[in-house]
Amino acid sequence: MSRKPFVREVSKTRWYFKHPRYLRYMSREVTCVFIGAFALLLLCAVERLSQGQAAYESFLAALKGPWSALGLLIVLIFAVHNTTSWFNVTPKAMPVQMGEEFLPGKFIVAAHYAVWILASLVVLFFAGVL
Amino acid sequence: MAKSNKPIFWSLFAAGGTLAAFLAPALVLLFLLAALGHAPGLLSYAQLHAFAAHWLGKLFLLAVITLFLWHAAHRLRVTLHDFGLRQDPIVAVVVYLVAAAGTALSVLYLLRI
Repeated sequence: MSRKPFVREVSKTRWYFKHPRYLRYMSREVTCVFIGAFALLLLCAVERLSQGQAAYESFLAALKGPWSALGLLIVLIFAVHNTTSWFNVTPKAMPVQMGEEFLPGKFIVAAHYAVWILASLVVLFFAGVL
Repeated sequence: MAKSNKPIFWSLFAAGGTLAAFLAPALVLLFLLAALGHAPGLLSYAQLHAFAAHWLGKLFLLAVITLFLWHAAHRLRVTLHDFGLRQDPIVAVVVYLVAAAGTALSVLYLLRI
């Protein structure tokens, strides 16, 4: 029996309040809740779509309203947070070597942002928003 | 060689995260506009039904729904541990079962369209 047992002073449930860096980490991790919730909303839309026009249009009518707009705005914020945090680590996740040197990370990040903007414009154009 | 199923779940997580990074904000915006009463043309019954009736549209919807689900499931498993829930064997089974059920349901619904 050790005379000075190791005592862990870190709370298992509130440790991420100790440092802003931990909070940033957790904010990135909880984006999954909102991505998952949106996937379930899409699944619900596809289910109603498979049940016919009346079912789908009642789904669209139920979606309309200030509370679902607020909820979707929060989902949008976390979806953008997932995008920026995902792209900002791409130089570490897939470094590009050119000869002896590595391509500076900012080019890899910028390329992802450019493709993101292009993909978003394609989606919005295809959906008839633009 | 050690056997592990981690690479399968991790690759689904990474694929879903990348797809979500590129597409989720724009897709969420379409539904936000619908909630505000300005549903984009694609979300009307006629257009979305025509989109989902084509096999390419089905493939797109299947990829988005299932990869988002598997991404969220895997990250939620890790995040619940970080929030202090130290029951990984149970958490893993629950989150992956939900993702698997969502995958099966999305296939079922899309085949009915």
